[in-house]
Amino acid sequence: MSVAKPLTSLLAGIIFGLGLAISGLANPDKVLQFLTLNSDWSPALLFTMGAGIVVTFFGYKWVLQRGPVLAEAFSLPTNTRLDPQLLTGAGIFGIGWGLAGFCPGPALVGLTSGMIEPVIFVIALIAGSQLRKITA
Amino acid sequence: MITNDYMMAALGGALIGISAVLLLWLNGRIAGISGIINGAFSRTAGEAGWRIAFIVGLLAGGLLFQLFADQPLITRSNYPLPLTIGAGLLVGFGTRMGSGCTSGHGICGISRLSPRSIVATMLFVGVGMLVATTLQGFLK
Repeated sequence: MSVAKPLTSLLAGIIFGLGLAISGLANPDKVLQFLTLNSDWSPALLFTMGAGIVVTFFGYKWVLQRGPVLAEAFSLPTNTRLDPQLLTGAGIFGIGWGLAGFCPGPALVGLTSGMIEPVIFVIALIAGSQLRKITA
Repeated sequence: MITNDYMMAALGGALIGISAVLLLWLNGRIAGISGIINGAFSRTAGEAGWRIAFIVGLLAGGLLFQLFADQPLITRSNYPLPLTIGAGLLVGFGTRMGSGCTSGHGICGISRLSPRSIVATMLFVGVGMLVATTLQGFLK
């Protein structure tokens, strides 16, 4: 069991990383082409989110009627309140996303590009997250 | 080709969905990348291992793509350094404060019809559009 969980996570990670790369979401130029409302606007990212949500919606339905294979129970968020932390945090994330076109997953995948920008972004991301942790 | 672009966008999205379903089905976990990054530093037993494995998988997926694709992963260079640093800080701070990012709220949370995730996604997409549209007007 102790090896099974990391192995299945590794597999899920590979599929997720491939999905991000294939969709174009790992490319901040394409993300900004969606977030920037001008004559170059591209809805491609909506196709990614739409397909991802459709597959996950029906897949989750199926899974939640069964149970996790390798875990005792599902680890699902329990907070249901639209609290100020959620709203402020999502807003701050939106500012950062719009500034560079990177969100956490694509930035990690970008580490394999050999470029320096994702490396700098991921270091700043971890620093920002730690800053929130110690100031919360 | 533009149509091809949309097909690849949807195919990639479907793969992300398959990954999210597999992770919940096999390990009972939500595929939220910001949470996975934060939890990878956890010293509590059983919390870090699967997250580190998932991150290794993400990187492997990126490498696999570049092995077979004829296009680069990232098509820009020389993006202004202060923007990259500022964006990283804000994304790290905001996703921890708001308990999720594009994957955790935008894909997994919306698929569970979580009101928190639906509101968060509308907010970060809306604010992201506002910021990007304003900024790219200045950069060009």
